[in-house]
Amino acid sequence: MRLDEIPDDLMTKCDGCGALLVTKSWLRDFKVCSRCGHHTRLPAHERIELLCDDGSFEEWEAHLAPRDPLGFPGYEGKRTAAQLKTHLKDSCVVGRARIEGRPVALGASDFAFMGGSMGSVFGEKITRLLERALHERIPAITVTSTGGARMQEGLMSLMQMAKTSAAVARLQAARVPFISVLSDPSTAGVQASFASLGDLIIAEPGALIGFTGARVIEQTMKIKLPKDFQSAEFQMAHGQLDMIVPRAKLRETLAQTLGLLLD
Amino acid sequence: MLSRWLPLEKPLVEIEEQIEELKRLAVRENMDLSDKIARLEDRKRAAMQDIFQDLTPWEKVQMARHPKRPYALDYIGALCSEWVELRGDRAYGDDRAIVAGLGRFNGRAVAIIGNQKGRDTKERQERNFGQASPEGLRKAQRVMELAARYKRPVISFVDTPGAACTPEAEERGISEAIARNQLVMSQLPVPIVIVITGEGCSGGAIALAVGDRVMMLEHSYYSVIAPEACASILYRDPTKAEDSAEALKITAQDALRMNVIEEIVPEPLGGAHRNLGRMCLTLGEALDRALSELSALPPHELVERRYRRFRCLGAIEDYPPDVAAPQDTPGE
Repeated sequence: MRLDEIPDDLMTKCDGCGALLVTKSWLRDFKVCSRCGHHTRLPAHERIELLCDDGSFEEWEAHLAPRDPLGFPGYEGKRTAAQLKTHLKDSCVVGRARIEGRPVALGASDFAFMGGSMGSVFGEKITRLLERALHERIPAITVTSTGGARMQEGLMSLMQMAKTSAAVARLQAARVPFISVLSDPSTAGVQASFASLGDLIIAEPGALIGFTGARVIEQTMKIKLPKDFQSAEFQMAHGQLDMIVPRAKLRETLAQTLGLLLD
Repeated sequence: MLSRWLPLEKPLVEIEEQIEELKRLAVRENMDLSDKIARLEDRKRAAMQDIFQDLTPWEKVQMARHPKRPYALDYIGALCSEWVELRGDRAYGDDRAIVAGLGRFNGRAVAIIGNQKGRDTKERQERNFGQASPEGLRKAQRVMELAARYKRPVISFVDTPGAACTPEAEERGISEAIARNQLVMSQLPVPIVIVITGEGCSGGAIALAVGDRVMMLEHSYYSVIAPEACASILYRDPTKAEDSAEALKITAQDALRMNVIEEIVPEPLGGAHRNLGRMCLTLGEALDRALSELSALPPHELVERRYRRFRCLGAIEDYPPDVAAPQDTPGE
């Protein structure tokens, strides 16, 4: 639906503070709450649209589809349901785009597809993205929203961590910039591979970022963790991020930092 | 006493106790019981064959976690004529869950990194059950980079239930440490041989497992997630770990089939802990063979091959863009 087709009196409830917001202005604010600043998760294509110049996105590798290497119970059903819900073949979208005129290789994961989890297709798409960025010598940018490696593909998912990390190593060696943008949530197997290897690491406010889930740590250690544990602000305070950038400023921040590295 | 053995080993332990008893009796009463003892030894061998030739995935997990399972320092002690342990990450601390150092193996100077679990309660805690903190992974990284500067190959012994699961590990960037190790290992210009000796579980394992040759001991396991954690998510019931161990395909035999590893190192009958000497003989031969082959390659080719080794792993439908995938065929 186009923005001007939305009725003026349609309201949306903020997931963060529960405030009722005028849908039209909420959408104009990139799904960020004007009251509490809560950043709602974005589907991969919305994320890409938000970051790149109008109409500049050209998708790569859209044909790659997952298989069921382990014959894992229930995987096929879950995957098909996710495909129908998101109209994606898997949880990650990659392609070429322009950001304020500069060509970039851009990838985003979609949390609505099985928690944005990284299986073989996700890993392969990110690797091809990074390899193509290297080949064309254009900066690579990934925006993650993921719960980590996809359990249902077992070791194949674990291997994607090594595969994508190795691809980042090649970009670094060739001095082609790679920026990792962490949106809510960015955790576990993805956070413990390419997403933590950006030349720059940028997070959205309030994003959950970490390796082991807070609940698991609490249960294992029999402790109570502070409420802001593993928030972007917590990670910033512990030196794990370069900056926290609100969604509305993300595109210009990317353009500016790439300019400072390359021009 | 029995608690130090697995339930599946119970019949064996009973026979072994009988044999010991007879031996004691023979000495005490000066009797010749060698016939009886030989018969029991035969029974023991038969029971071993029976139990160990066809372990279920969950039984393999038990074997990999066996309290008597040899750990990195046991292998290092048996395989190396010299060993100097190096400590500390030069930034924050020294993580005892990881050992790293320089050794001499079959006359060859090597660097060795690995997870180290503890034997008793105190040591287990000190070594955090072999779960690496960022400091441990950064220590391993430091020693690998040292190895590269002096052109020493790297041997990595993996045996971990996962990376450290503590607030401190999160605060000091466990994700980054796992990621960085993989990045560094993917580019290291010296041979890297990985041996999964027990548990090869999740990010904590892959952080030490990017290499040219990956081998697994026969009764070790390698998995993206602990079977218990998987069961919690999948069945909302951690006691169904047996089912998820099956579903996750985590045995050495599965990993070989999926090309995730190159080699299964056979264990002595009954498992590595029943005969460390025999285990090290077999493992030593496998390591020596791998190192000799890899040392013949020039560094750039080594790194290129390692990249391709991981690059080709994954299970995808890859139709060329101009050919529609079957599920997209309209009108059927």
